[in-house]
Amino acid sequence: MARLTPENEVLARTIIGRYPVPKSALIPLLHLAQEQDGWVTDEAMAHIAELVGVSAAEVLGTCSFYEMFKREPVGRYLVNICTNISCVLMGSDDLLSHAEQRLGVTVGETTPDGTFTLEGVECIAACTEAPCLQVNYRYRYKVTPESFDELVDDLAAGAFADEIPPHGTLARVRQVIAADRVAGAVEPTDGRQPEWMGDPDGGAS
Amino acid sequence: MADETSTQVTGELTITLNGTQVDARKGELLIAAAERHGVYIPHFCYHPRMRPVGMCRMCIVEVDTGRGPTLQPSCMLECAEGMVVDTESDVTSKAQDGILEFLLINHPLDCPVCDKGGECPLQDQTMAYGPGESRFVESKRHHEKPIPISDLVLLDRERCILCDRCTRFAKEVAGDPLIHFINRGNHTEVNTFPDEPFASYFSGNTVQICPVGALTATPYRFKARPWDLEQVESTCQTCSVGCRVAVQSSRNEVLRYVGVDSDPVNWGWLCDKGRFAFESVNGDERLGEPLVRTGGELRPARWSEAIASAAEVLQSTLTAHGPEAIGVIGGARLTNEAAYAWAKLAKGVLGTDNVDAQLGDGLPAEVVLGLPSATIDEVCAPGGTVIVLGPDTKEELPVLFLRLRHAVLNDGVRLIEIAPTATGLSAIATASLIHHPGETAEVARALVGQPGLGTDAGGVNSAALEVARAAIAAGGPVRVVLGRASVAESVSWTVEAASILSSIPDTSFLMALRRGNVRGAIDLGLSPGLLPGRVTLDGGRANLSGLWPTVPATPGMDTTAMLTAAAEGHLRTLVLVGADPLADFPDRDLARRALAGVETIIATDTYLTGSSSLAGVVLPAAGFAEVSGTTTNLEGRVSVLSQRVTPPGTARSDWAIASDLARALGVDLGFASVEDILTEISSAAPSHAGLADALASSSDTDGVVVPLSGPTPADALLSFTVPTSDALLPRHSYSLRLVVGRKLYDEGTAVHHSPAMTNLPVGGALRLNRYDFDRLGVAEGDLVRVIAPALTIEAPVVVDPAVPRGSAGAWFNQDGLCAADLIDITAPLTVLQVESLNGQGAGS
Ligand code: SF4
Ligand code: SF4
Ligand code: FES
Ligand code: FES
Repeated sequence: MARLTPENEVLARTIIGRYPVPKSALIPLLHLAQEQDGWVTDEAMAHIAELVGVSAAEVLGTCSFYEMFKREPVGRYLVNICTNISCVLMGSDDLLSHAEQRLGVTVGETTPDGTFTLEGVECIAACTEAPCLQVNYRYRYKVTPESFDELVDDLAAGAFADEIPPHGTLARVRQVIAADRVAGAVEPTDGRQPEWMGDPDGGAS
Repeated sequence: MADETSTQVTGELTITLNGTQVDARKGELLIAAAERHGVYIPHFCYHPRMRPVGMCRMCIVEVDTGRGPTLQPSCMLECAEGMVVDTESDVTSKAQDGILEFLLINHPLDCPVCDKGGECPLQDQTMAYGPGESRFVESKRHHEKPIPISDLVLLDRERCILCDRCTRFAKEVAGDPLIHFINRGNHTEVNTFPDEPFASYFSGNTVQICPVGALTATPYRFKARPWDLEQVESTCQTCSVGCRVAVQSSRNEVLRYVGVDSDPVNWGWLCDKGRFAFESVNGDERLGEPLVRTGGELRPARWSEAIASAAEVLQSTLTAHGPEAIGVIGGARLTNEAAYAWAKLAKGVLGTDNVDAQLGDGLPAEVVLGLPSATIDEVCAPGGTVIVLGPDTKEELPVLFLRLRHAVLNDGVRLIEIAPTATGLSAIATASLIHHPGETAEVARALVGQPGLGTDAGGVNSAALEVARAAIAAGGPVRVVLGRASVAESVSWTVEAASILSSIPDTSFLMALRRGNVRGAIDLGLSPGLLPGRVTLDGGRANLSGLWPTVPATPGMDTTAMLTAAAEGHLRTLVLVGADPLADFPDRDLARRALAGVETIIATDTYLTGSSSLAGVVLPAAGFAEVSGTTTNLEGRVSVLSQRVTPPGTARSDWAIASDLARALGVDLGFASVEDILTEISSAAPSHAGLADALASSSDTDGVVVPLSGPTPADALLSFTVPTSDALLPRHSYSLRLVVGRKLYDEGTAVHHSPAMTNLPVGGALRLNRYDFDRLGVAEGDLVRVIAPALTIEAPVVVDPAVPRGSAGAWFNQDGLCAADLIDITAPLTVLQVESLNGQGAGS
């Protein structure tokens, strides 16, 4: 856990190359760091600062603005239980305290074996299916204490390894931008469209 | 207006401001236009020297641009024709009241225990525009307090109103974005990256502009209440930029300097060294009584005794060996008046021309005075090209660095630097011509396209050279910031380079000399061959007849020559006027031999230094804030210095010491006050003609640039001869050329005697490029054997990417490895050999 690995550094440089201004790559790079370690380490932020040419404080400023970037270690599975109004009406308070009992942690903590981190979240826009939760941002709807226990057992047993990758993984298929669709480093002030977008007046090429 | 020069302000508009028609400029921000017409709009985040951001909303006022009145932030709104503005309407007041109530939700209501209380914009504006009472009964934000964000600045986060002034300053003005908003919403706070402190040379400015008590400086925090402070406006003499500053004291002790906005100079900013050097004014070890050597030891003496014994030494040297046996070094710390008094004493009474205010690390006075000069504003004027051929301005002339940085980033100034190592400006330079030490003139020649050059002149990157040539070819004036990039090499190359650059049409020069009033000292004759008023001995003799008893017949020696003569036993008496050659002369071995070689040293100083502790007589001098008078900055701008406190013990001003010495020698210098001296300067020094009147009628803050009426008369203008360059030794693969510059924080008096700064100097180490590191087979932090001309020592090495291959960097006046031990001033360029201690050879 530390700086980006050599492979990820290569990837980082590719990502930076996709933007006219290196600083624009900050968020994708923070995701990359989180994917590498499961959370964003200080060392990774310092490394990103070097790569995009800003200060580490500026990277921290961006990183800390977004709650989904974790600056403390989290478990392999981050469980977010909705605590907003619809879910509360449908019993998410009970669900949350059940979850605390079951996992043996209080909200915000990680189980000693590093498998689960429990958090409460604001409305995750699935109110019709209340109460609901997310595991590494994958939804589970109309969760009851019983179905919660089942979910936890299954996760611990690796049953959802295919559907739910470890925390930090955005997707298991890496986006590859075809060479002819690379936007290239267009100056932000230059006003041109990237070539692959075609000529706005003369129709797509 | 925001960012004066970057916003194009043209044309005139008319707006209605609180019912009155007033003029406004196109592009002018409403808040600035209102201010200009005497209407104050309360604000927190807006600062006239930074870009507006609209963070605090305190400046909202009712504005009607033809679609009915609406509330708009006046710091984000440019004036438009016909705009109707009401800054006092009920709606405006209600809005201001509301904003303040919001700001105070999380802000502690504990002004009596806050350091800002009494000078706090939030407190003042709440009193003037805010609600009498808060409706907020819930609990406020709490934070650990205070947290240090640097060695000098503390942060109480719960007081912060998130105005973005400090963070904007750090990024926009200083270019050190080491503090930033962290987290979001109600949890937003200013902070640094963990373990990466806000180590900026300009951090003190954030304390000054913070509109609440969130940021405080360690040397002032809880030392005084604003209403107990008395203040005068003065000029910082820590370096030669000459920033305007308010000196604040309480009970006869200087407690704080606050930057004053001088439009032609510092724009309100100060560097941390200048700002916090006030501690050295109050230092416990200040000299408060004269010392005379009796029985081999310096013992306290009465003034009459000390003056008599100094006069006796001078008189007997004069009688036995003539005036040429006396040398006077120093004077750059003095006021102009004291410099003149010392020039009169040395040259007019003692009759010696061995007088030099510079310590072998500056530029020949003829060069300083002989080249056409430019002001800071002229250097930074939009559209021009600046060539920086000199020291790292960030380290040596910090606020000049800020001005240059602003000019490059906001005003389209093209900056070319010619330097032996990368500097604080390299990152923003249009072209950075990093060359082999000693090959400055080659680079200058290549730049102006004179024949006799290869594309690899001086080892500079040829692409960068092309960019630089194009920048000059783009036209517009060329301004050169000229100084010594390294004191480990002969000044002749710098002079040669300057004369080459002066061939570019419309070129003028800003002299990047370092010491506080070095320019004033040179102007007033503390330089060999010169008399007050920028004239030569022959050119100025006539002005002084009747005023001065005598004038030396022929030019005397500069500091290097004096120390050399002293080491050889040709100089009998050395007078050190606030100078410490052991610490400041580039070649310490020579300085040591010189001080040992003279019969007697007479020193005037504020502290006992390495050199003055060898003296026979030490006269305690009053220092900054303890004397009044004038000072001259690097542009030749004369401004008023004010006294705020009394000197320690019986320390006296330097001009009075000169007067007393003269009197003891039987001559009356003819002045009883600083004003008398200024009057005499105005009549005796041609370049300063009319100065007293001009100062009296000008703004104190901006001072006046001398000469007042155009250039000095042509016959008095100095010419200098371009030296034939010293032959340069060929480059060897096993030797490294030494480059010696300075860091802002060194072991000089200002830092050493200011407790807040004593741990800031980086310490000495030999700095090498990674390539040479590998070649020599050494590792970071290793001790290596350094073979210099005068000695062989062991010193640590560190990697410094700013140092190019084949060069070795060493800082001046640092603990550990001190560059002055390595430099051989008789060699045109000091060359070192470095050997690994673990048996490896020198890479040969
Ligand atoms: S610390 Fe002061 S200057 Fe910085 S954002 Fe907070 S209130 Fe503004
Ligand atoms: S830049 Fe020089 S004059 Fe200005 S505050 Fe710093 S030391 Fe003083
Ligand atoms: S309230 Fe839980 S998803 Fe909307
Ligand atoms: S001063 Fe205008 S929003 Fe702060």
